[in-house]
Amino acid sequence: MIADWLVQGLQMGLVLIVAPLLTGLVRKIKARLLRRQGPSLLQPYRDLHRLLRKEVVLADNASWLFRIAPYVAFATIWVAAALVPTFATGLLFSWSADMIAIVALLGTARFFLALAGLDVGTSFGGIGSSREMMIASVAEPALLMAAFTLSLLAGTTQLSSIANFMLSQHVGLRISLGLVFVALLIAALAENARIPVDNPATHLELTMVHEAMVLEYSGRHLAMIEGAAFVKLLLYASLIACVFAPWGMAAAGDGPLAYLAGIAAYLVKLLLAAVVLAVFETSVAKMRVFRLPEFIGTALMLGLLATLLLFVTRSL
Amino acid sequence: MHGLAFDVAHLLSGSLVLISLMLLYQDRLYSLLNIFAFHAVFLAFAVAWQAFIQRAPHLYVTAAIALAFKGIVIPVALHRMVQRLGIHRQIETVVGIGPTMLFGIGLVALSIMVMLPVTEQADALTQEDLAFALSVVLLGLLMMVTRRNAVSQIVGFMSLENGLILAAAGAKGMPLVVEISIAFSVLIALIVIGIFLFRIRERFDTVDVHVLDRFRGEQP
Amino acid sequence: MVLSVLLRAMAAMALAGGAIIPVCRRHSAGPWVYGTVLAACSIAFAAALAHLSSGAAPLTLTLPLGIPWLGAHFRLDALSAFFVAVVNLGGAAASLYAIGYGRHESEPLRTLPFYPGFLAAMNLVVLADDAFVFLFAWELMSLSSWALVMAHHRAEGTARAGYIYLVMAGFGTLCLLLAFGLLAGSEGAYTFDAMRHGALPESLQTLVLILVLLGAGSKAGIVPLHVWLPLAHPAAPSHVSALMSGVMTKVAVYGLIRIVFTLAGPPAWWWAVIVLIIGGATAVLGVLYALMQHDLKRLLAYHTVENIGIIYIGLGLALAFQTNHLSIGAALALTAALFHVLNHSLFKSLLFFGSGAVLRATGERDMEHLGGLIHRMPVTAATFLIGCAAISALPPLNGFVSEWLTFQAILISPDLPQWGLKFLVPAIGAALALSAALAAACFVKAFGITFLGRPRTPHAVAATEVDPCSRGAMAFLAVLCILAGVLPGLVVDALSGVVRELTAGSSLPAQSGLPWLSLVPLSTARSSYNGLILLVFLTFTSTLIAVSLRRLASHAVRRAPAWDCGAPDASPITQYSAGSFAQPIRRVFGGFAFRAKERVEMPEPGSMQPARLHVQLRDHIWDIIFAPIQKAIAFTTERLNTLQFLTIRSYLALVFGALILLLSGLALWQ
Repeated sequence: MIADWLVQGLQMGLVLIVAPLLTGLVRKIKARLLRRQGPSLLQPYRDLHRLLRKEVVLADNASWLFRIAPYVAFATIWVAAALVPTFATGLLFSWSADMIAIVALLGTARFFLALAGLDVGTSFGGIGSSREMMIASVAEPALLMAAFTLSLLAGTTQLSSIANFMLSQHVGLRISLGLVFVALLIAALAENARIPVDNPATHLELTMVHEAMVLEYSGRHLAMIEGAAFVKLLLYASLIACVFAPWGMAAAGDGPLAYLAGIAAYLVKLLLAAVVLAVFETSVAKMRVFRLPEFIGTALMLGLLATLLLFVTRSL
Repeated sequence: MHGLAFDVAHLLSGSLVLISLMLLYQDRLYSLLNIFAFHAVFLAFAVAWQAFIQRAPHLYVTAAIALAFKGIVIPVALHRMVQRLGIHRQIETVVGIGPTMLFGIGLVALSIMVMLPVTEQADALTQEDLAFALSVVLLGLLMMVTRRNAVSQIVGFMSLENGLILAAAGAKGMPLVVEISIAFSVLIALIVIGIFLFRIRERFDTVDVHVLDRFRGEQP
Repeated sequence: MVLSVLLRAMAAMALAGGAIIPVCRRHSAGPWVYGTVLAACSIAFAAALAHLSSGAAPLTLTLPLGIPWLGAHFRLDALSAFFVAVVNLGGAAASLYAIGYGRHESEPLRTLPFYPGFLAAMNLVVLADDAFVFLFAWELMSLSSWALVMAHHRAEGTARAGYIYLVMAGFGTLCLLLAFGLLAGSEGAYTFDAMRHGALPESLQTLVLILVLLGAGSKAGIVPLHVWLPLAHPAAPSHVSALMSGVMTKVAVYGLIRIVFTLAGPPAWWWAVIVLIIGGATAVLGVLYALMQHDLKRLLAYHTVENIGIIYIGLGLALAFQTNHLSIGAALALTAALFHVLNHSLFKSLLFFGSGAVLRATGERDMEHLGGLIHRMPVTAATFLIGCAAISALPPLNGFVSEWLTFQAILISPDLPQWGLKFLVPAIGAALALSAALAAACFVKAFGITFLGRPRTPHAVAATEVDPCSRGAMAFLAVLCILAGVLPGLVVDALSGVVRELTAGSSLPAQSGLPWLSLVPLSTARSSYNGLILLVFLTFTSTLIAVSLRRLASHAVRRAPAWDCGAPDASPITQYSAGSFAQPIRRVFGGFAFRAKERVEMPEPGSMQPARLHVQLRDHIWDIIFAPIQKAIAFTTERLNTLQFLTIRSYLALVFGALILLLSGLALWQ
């Protein structure tokens, strides 16, 4: 019993500690691909530390909502990340939220950040939250359709059980799985404000979305939001890894050695994810905002198509 | 073995449907032609796999014809044509891409719904092949209906024809002669259409078939 | 016993309107009436809840009222008890709210007499056990709510709203009347008991379904019969809007469930197709319409349309499973639909109360004139925020639970044998997912533009918090929203009696014994959800973060002007408005759904004219369905007008002709 609590706590700590490293890794690889030296891998930690030490500058008319939103967003994303299987399946609380609930938890975080963007009453905040909600209004259904397909295949919406199913012999080659994989990738790019949907590195362009929304934040509040963004990227990487590369995960009740092996496998998967993301981001250009619905809509349609095709193979 | 045979066939023919949908999504002629080449390559693979699992060597010839003509010759020829016409940036859609894609997915659903119940006696592989083939045909038709540019109409027509070949390969036992004659007729169709394209361009200074309607006095 | 308590409570309610108003003076009547109604509603709610949780057998009662040979039949089974509970919970909250809110009515006597009657009528609809009482109460409900809509009859647009509402309500009742006529058959078996045992031929059953969808559906606001709803609901005083949106639409849902599930006999599989398509279209179009609105109350009314769509999706799934004898699926889908009925009555009432508070404090309903109210109305803002989060289906609140249950029902759809349903259900799932995501955008807009930012007009600057009664009612509903989200197992267990009644014996497994109070609709291996753990988890992590930041990080806070990329603009007009917030979504979906057109008028350089943006939205449904009907009626009346100016000879000729026609018809028929 105690061991279960410890493993669950270990996962919570692990996602928190590894998340900035993943972002740092992506930045480093991107820089190297562009033949730049790039910042150190530890730079995200240093950024967080610096932000935490600074004072908060609040806009004159910021309300209480503006002050609690970073905490709500960080807590929801952290909890969601703690419930996705990373190095082991069947954790103590992993059954308390299935894949649909995890998608919806991310929606809660987005809801509060979008409101905070409107709170100060500046046009940048407004443009950011309005566009963020537009992107989410297409990306979230795409994620849900992906979740539908996976759970129709596996007969469950629990991520742990889906991971176990994908490891089993019953999977087979399915075109639906490929479609869902692409759909999940597109939705993950959109939700994490990555190129080609949004550029995580800009601050001063009219095309930016997420960064415009949180423009008024500073100090520890900004640290929370940056931290939440790091954890969210990790969450999506873990989600995709747990569904499409479930190898090496420890099962519930395995010994410490299995957990260590699971952690090692998990870190390798994250490294791969960072490389793929960095290569993809350097090889495409950012899209115009009103091209986005088509791009993300493709994910939605792929999800729908995947469900349709699944019916064909299921019924045969 | 059977599981794998089914899975790979499913994967290839499913990809064909997916590529048909990707054709609908394109808004540049060059990428349209590239994707169309992919379409043909996947068709070749699908047919070759059918040849392998049905142990029907003549289907290998079909696959080779598909690969050579549709995967290489026709795309390259169309590429050149587009280049010489200087129209590589135009694709005028009649309906927006989003609704077209939605409609396309509806067509896939429809063809599955139509095909699966009628082919219940056949084995799983054929059933699925026929359903996918019908959706490729319908998507090709949709493409011809929703595009104004003559080149993309040709691509739509060719992808439609790919669907027919997929159906024939899955249905076991299309004679080689038929296949070769179809291949040649398609090639001739290409030549004829190609000549027509240039004629249209010379006459109207565009390959937008919309202009033809206007010339015939059908539209103001 | 319970039934007679309920009926007495109704009588007390109806009397409250008639007896108290003449006795009291003009301004003190309000609290007395609302107080009496509050007491009656609370008693009725407690009685219904007691009946529901005891799982007792249905109670019946016949009173010697109404048609002499028929009498008035009443029946309280689990389904009615659940809806009585929903109606009276909403009624109690609205009455509590109105004790404070009603004081500011300019003409209270236009609302007071009808308000208790409206609530009593809704209760009677739910309790009725024969067609006569049902239709009488239904019509009473329509007319009293019409009178309440017309309370501010001089306000712009109210007259038109009332007129359209009256026409649609009359049409709906007519359809229900015909449906009951068919159900009663030629022997005239007007009691529901007789209808339950009668068997209809399939063609008549279909006709009944269509008539019920038209009749009960028009009251609930399904697309394309929703046109009256966004006009009528906002026109009424806010506590009445809350009742109409939160409760009356539920009574309409009750009508559909009662007739289709218990009276009309075994359903055909394609009924489910119709209900599902209506539900999906209603959900998506409803939320898209809502997103385009700038009037807070109208936005909420359009959003009711969306939620009715979600409920219909649940009901359609239940029908689909029921015709195929997949009773566990039917139980799951029905639980989801009924849970959403309860949820929507909670948060929609809460949101209408909030909009009423805003209206009361600023005199404005247009969001473009509001802003910054979170500083001036903190309690209203906080409760409204909870309502917004709940209606956007965000965990750990209650809206998410019912949508999650609906999704779980969708995920067992591959078990359905019909191909049409197999393909339709995932598409409906996509529509549901889309509408949930759009709802979040819609309520970010509603809350953000109204309560956040800087005040856009002097009215918004001068706003003050509302009275304690109104605040109490809003806080009560907000707490219920949280409780229903955190402890969904209790609600599901309470619904199990209703579900068992409708599916002939099957329901979801009991939830109350599960560890950690979690929700497991089918089996643990398949899916489970636990709102309580999520809430505890969230509270724990956010406290942990807050505490550790307090220790580790700087806690200096400095107030300064907004940064805004270094170029802040002092004028509050430069903020993002409701229109600009919705613009990206309008561009994505608007062309498709509304033929949205934008036109920018840019003045010449050097000209002092302001630039203007014109947005044109067309309502396809009005254009395609209602405008032609309107035109046809106008055309025929125009033609028939000539009949007014005929000579006596031609009138005689008309009468003569009609007589000959009838006689020859008779001759041929024989």
